[in-house]
Amino acid sequence: MSDVVEKTLSALPSLLSLDSNAGAGKLSSTSKLGNLIRGITELTSKHDEEKLIKKELAAIKEQVASPNTTMRQMKEIMVRAIYCEMLGYQASVSYIHAIKLAQQGSVLEKRLGYLAVSLFLNESDEFLLLLVNTVLKDLQSTNLNEVCMALTAVSQMFPKDMIPAILPIVEEKLTHPKEVIRRKAVLALYKFYLIAPNQVQHIHSKFRKALCDKDPGVMTASLHIYLQLVKESPESYKDLTVSFVTILRQVVGGKLPMDFNYHSVPAPWLQIQLLRILAYLGKEDQGTSEMMYDVLEESLRRAEMNHNITYAILYECVKSIYTVYPKAELLEKAAKCIGNFVLSPKINLKYLGLKALTYVVAQDPNLALPHQMTIIECLDHSDIIIKRATLELLFRITNAQNVTVIVEKMLEFLRQSSNDYSTVDLVGKVAELAEKYSPDNGWFVQTMNSVFSLGGDRMQPDIPNNFLRLLAEGFDSVEEDRQLRLFAVDSYVLLLQGETASLPQCFLQVISWVLGEYAHLRPDQASDPGKVMRLLTRLLDQRHASAQTRRWILSALTKLCSSPVSIALARDVGERYFGSLDTVLRQRAHELMILSQDAGLRGRVLSAEGRLEHVEVDSSLSFLDGHVSEALAAGAAPYKPPHQRQEELAHEKALSLEPYGLSLPVSLSTCSITDRLTDRQSPTRLSISSSVSGNSTELSLKGGSTTLKLDGVKRVWGKEGYLVQQPKEVVEETPLPPTELPSPLGSFQSPVSQTQTASPGPEPDQERQQLASSLFVGVGTHHSVCLMGRTEAAPQRFRRKPKGTGSSSGTSEHSSNSSHSSSGTAAGNTLDSTTAATGQQISQHALGHPPVNGNPIVETPGPLPPVRDGGVAAEIPTGHTDSGTLADPNEDPVPVRPRDLPLISHLPAELSGLARSKLTTLCPGPDPGLALSSCRVYKEDALVLVVFVSNNSDSTLHRVALRFTSKQLEVSCVSGDLVEEVKGHSVATCQYAVVMMRASVDVELAGLVSYQRVPGQPRATPFSLRLSLKHFIRPLTVSTGEYGKMWLSFSHDVKQNLRLITAGDQSPLTATLDTLRDRLHLHVVDIIGSEGIVACRLLRGQPCLLHCRVHADSLAVWLRSPIPEFPDSLLYHCQKALAEA
Amino acid sequence: MMRFLLLFSRQGKLRLQKWFTPIPEREKKKIVRDMTTMVLARKPRSCNFLHWKDLKIVYKRYASLYFCCGLDAEENELIALEMLHRYVELLDKYFGNVCELDIIFNFEKAYFILDEFLLGGEIQETSKQVVSRAIEASDMLQEVRCCPVGTDLRSVFPSS
Repeated sequence: MSDVVEKTLSALPSLLSLDSNAGAGKLSSTSKLGNLIRGITELTSKHDEEKLIKKELAAIKEQVASPNTTMRQMKEIMVRAIYCEMLGYQASVSYIHAIKLAQQGSVLEKRLGYLAVSLFLNESDEFLLLLVNTVLKDLQSTNLNEVCMALTAVSQMFPKDMIPAILPIVEEKLTHPKEVIRRKAVLALYKFYLIAPNQVQHIHSKFRKALCDKDPGVMTASLHIYLQLVKESPESYKDLTVSFVTILRQVVGGKLPMDFNYHSVPAPWLQIQLLRILAYLGKEDQGTSEMMYDVLEESLRRAEMNHNITYAILYECVKSIYTVYPKAELLEKAAKCIGNFVLSPKINLKYLGLKALTYVVAQDPNLALPHQMTIIECLDHSDIIIKRATLELLFRITNAQNVTVIVEKMLEFLRQSSNDYSTVDLVGKVAELAEKYSPDNGWFVQTMNSVFSLGGDRMQPDIPNNFLRLLAEGFDSVEEDRQLRLFAVDSYVLLLQGETASLPQCFLQVISWVLGEYAHLRPDQASDPGKVMRLLTRLLDQRHASAQTRRWILSALTKLCSSPVSIALARDVGERYFGSLDTVLRQRAHELMILSQDAGLRGRVLSAEGRLEHVEVDSSLSFLDGHVSEALAAGAAPYKPPHQRQEELAHEKALSLEPYGLSLPVSLSTCSITDRLTDRQSPTRLSISSSVSGNSTELSLKGGSTTLKLDGVKRVWGKEGYLVQQPKEVVEETPLPPTELPSPLGSFQSPVSQTQTASPGPEPDQERQQLASSLFVGVGTHHSVCLMGRTEAAPQRFRRKPKGTGSSSGTSEHSSNSSHSSSGTAAGNTLDSTTAATGQQISQHALGHPPVNGNPIVETPGPLPPVRDGGVAAEIPTGHTDSGTLADPNEDPVPVRPRDLPLISHLPAELSGLARSKLTTLCPGPDPGLALSSCRVYKEDALVLVVFVSNNSDSTLHRVALRFTSKQLEVSCVSGDLVEEVKGHSVATCQYAVVMMRASVDVELAGLVSYQRVPGQPRATPFSLRLSLKHFIRPLTVSTGEYGKMWLSFSHDVKQNLRLITAGDQSPLTATLDTLRDRLHLHVVDIIGSEGIVACRLLRGQPCLLHCRVHADSLAVWLRSPIPEFPDSLLYHCQKALAEA
Repeated sequence: MMRFLLLFSRQGKLRLQKWFTPIPEREKKKIVRDMTTMVLARKPRSCNFLHWKDLKIVYKRYASLYFCCGLDAEENELIALEMLHRYVELLDKYFGNVCELDIIFNFEKAYFILDEFLLGGEIQETSKQVVSRAIEASDMLQEVRCCPVGTDLRSVFPSS
């Protein structure tokens, strides 16, 4: 093909000298664009280019602003603007004019206008809203060209929220007489399906019609949609299998018009699309698979020509055959096919052959054996891509017997590779293999050393974490543990004696931790206790050690000072860092000084036995809640996490979208552009959301929450503040599936090599033969099972001890249900320091550091029990007043007292049919003869509090009166304010309607009951009960349209990530929203794809709207309300409800 | 799905860029930079497929111009290679023995052809004839422009 484009840049200079002949017809040499391009080409420096473009952009700006510029000139200007953008300069001033051109230009100008718009803007741009009308008009045009342009534009970038506006017209085009229009309409709908699947759900039947279209082009286009649909739910489309098979058979049989041939292969794109769909349909479904065996075989057979395109089909075919329910005969044929790829001299085919092998060895590792010599060759291939693919294949066939050779090959590759992305990936794989199949301690430690030094600071943080955990927790044999640790210590001492400048920080941190923990295992530690310490001190003083690393080192030193020599050293170090500017370092230095001098304290704090003790951390800082709610009450602004603050800033800058009155909260999608982009398919799929947002949101619950569940949580201070995130992470790491394995040594018996018998190979030299036998040992007969399901059957050397599941789930639950708010600077500081120090938390975690409350900078209340919490417990002995019909089954059931039944029977008849809570006893006051109980009844328009006054004595009570006082609640009596007399052993009922005046998480209602046992001698007993916001929430039934309008008019908002609930076959979003609805009485307005909108109102008060979107594995919730406190408080209850679910 | 298509010269100068999914400007710049350095560093006759983050990169050199596209992980590399080839064929048919200069000076035409061939990152029309017919139809519009004012476009262009 290269001859087609054989005119190269060498022709450029002659052309540029203006008397051009060739190509001159096509480019007007006098045009401004021509001048610009020529100008740029002649320049030599980037700086000059920049200057020229700046000038050009200024000219463009002037011209577009001029009223005299005609549309025709505008078109020319747009072309230049596109050119500037291509060179990487923003021509944003022309965006609006591109839209104008599409709007007002003649057909030709319009075409360029649309092109410019599609190049300048993407679907989240607000500018696009201005295009909607133009598109609408053009779609209805009688000019085919205009319709085509509009459809093309629509399938490239169209604001999601505006889809409903044009959907009916696009749908209409599905029946257009012109096939090109139908085809484009199908593709536009495909695009809509991708960005807003719910909006096109109702036209699935029309897709079927498109599939049966008489024009093969339209049918092909519809397959894009079907591929997507089938991929998402193969079950729903099984009935179409026959159709797909028939189509494929016809295509393969050459029944399509010649037009569709590509290099005399019939419709290869169509074939590949169909093969893919069939693969999804036939996966794990024998019945469906049987329908397609024939056609798959035929495809395999027909694709025999030696051309890339046939190989493309073959490759897809092999993939399908190995995906659907296996049929031995077909598998064999497909495997033979792979041979054609692997053995091909063409490098692209070889590459795909290796990929195909990687894919099929999962089913049958023996398939690799015939190609082992090729694989060995590829391992030394000059093209790094081929090498990488080979390693990937080897990774899949690794077992305990070949692990050393394969890992060596991988490390060798890593030493040469410079590509960050593949390094990170491969390093992870090496670590995984090493952990799984390591033959002995020495090898393991050495391999991990290589991993750390090669992986550097870019590698996944869980690799060092896992490694340290493995060392700390050990495995089955104590002696083995000791040896492993000693190996590590010895090798690190050796490393530190050499040059350390080249070691990555994360490795230095690992070294410091291990030395701190296990240096005492060294036999020479007793004779020369200062040795390790001196090495660490040397490292500490080196310039390349980062502040983070220094903190690790100081921690290690703290653990090491046990002898007089080391104490002297420690004091020396401590003095040097005593005044460090880094607060954490300074704190560590202080600790070092104190602990090194006080052996008793050190013994308690750093006891050798306590090292593995599990430290529970109250990551939510809930003990600050009291402080925060006080601050909030005093008028402080609620805490907003940084991302929200930024968003609000962005929001302020954004266009006001209100006049459009959209059916959905437009601002959600259009304002949070950055947010959206990360969530949409950015090509990298880097999950930005993961730890950063998780961290910030977790910490950000607002509102004075006072009744957190804190049972079982030990609050711990770390050296640099609170230990927030890390311990949770450590706990959450999924332990590898528990595998039954013999003793670690038993895993590599009988290094039998079956390879020699398996493959003759084309006379390889001895060295390669040897390599082959070492690589493929264990691959084959009796190990095949082990390879297929490596995870289940792999002889795994290091088996993690199963963690106490109770404690781990407890911790994670706490962190998710916990709430935290920080309004003051003190809390802010704490947060900052914790994020800065996450790296070290493993050390403290395993150390079992008890709280050292010596932080000189961060002034926060000590690890005292939360005042509010304790106070509440004391005030209300019947702590669980909260159970009720609203509430959940998880709440502790109130023990049913024998007298409950009779009491409930006193409930006024008009309330008996309504939802109500259980009875709670109010005051076991000093008078045993009087008992108060209450129960909440949830009326649509009120919360009715029913108080039962039971007189348990024989005498009569007179003038029984209840009085309530509460600042936040308005209590009005419905009946029974004053009961003249309550006879012995009878019950009086009083009803009160309660309204929450200001939304708050929960409030206390204090009351006083006064009565006279003997007339004339009044007595009184105080009581109190707690009411929570959720008792006052009622569903707000609105339509999606109304919701949209309300959304825009509310000003107070809060954004937070909540955890998603997974339940059964429901989608997580539905499950989560259902939980919230059931527990909090919310109204789920609508669920569209990954978004859901929910509405509720406060009794006799204002509404609150929730917009929920599934974001990675959490639920991003955005609450809006006209009153500031409502979203905060509601959010707290949402969190609580989800945590309890 | 194809995520992006880039055309750049041997010197790493971008000649055409098409993004099929919304990507922030900064990310685009990074991709362009990474692609040019990665692809230009490849030796002749090495494999045409690369990896970049979680994307498959398929590139091919035609004379002085590199065609490079990024694909989703499940896409077939070989067919993408042929897709690039078909695009070159289409350009060739339109420009008649296409060269880099044609694309430099008429990049908007190259975009128009691409829009008829790929739509939203998926192949729209594989037939060379159909694509060229669509482009010719638009080019006729260009000639119509020279018609005297008042000529009814529809009479010149009966199909519409």
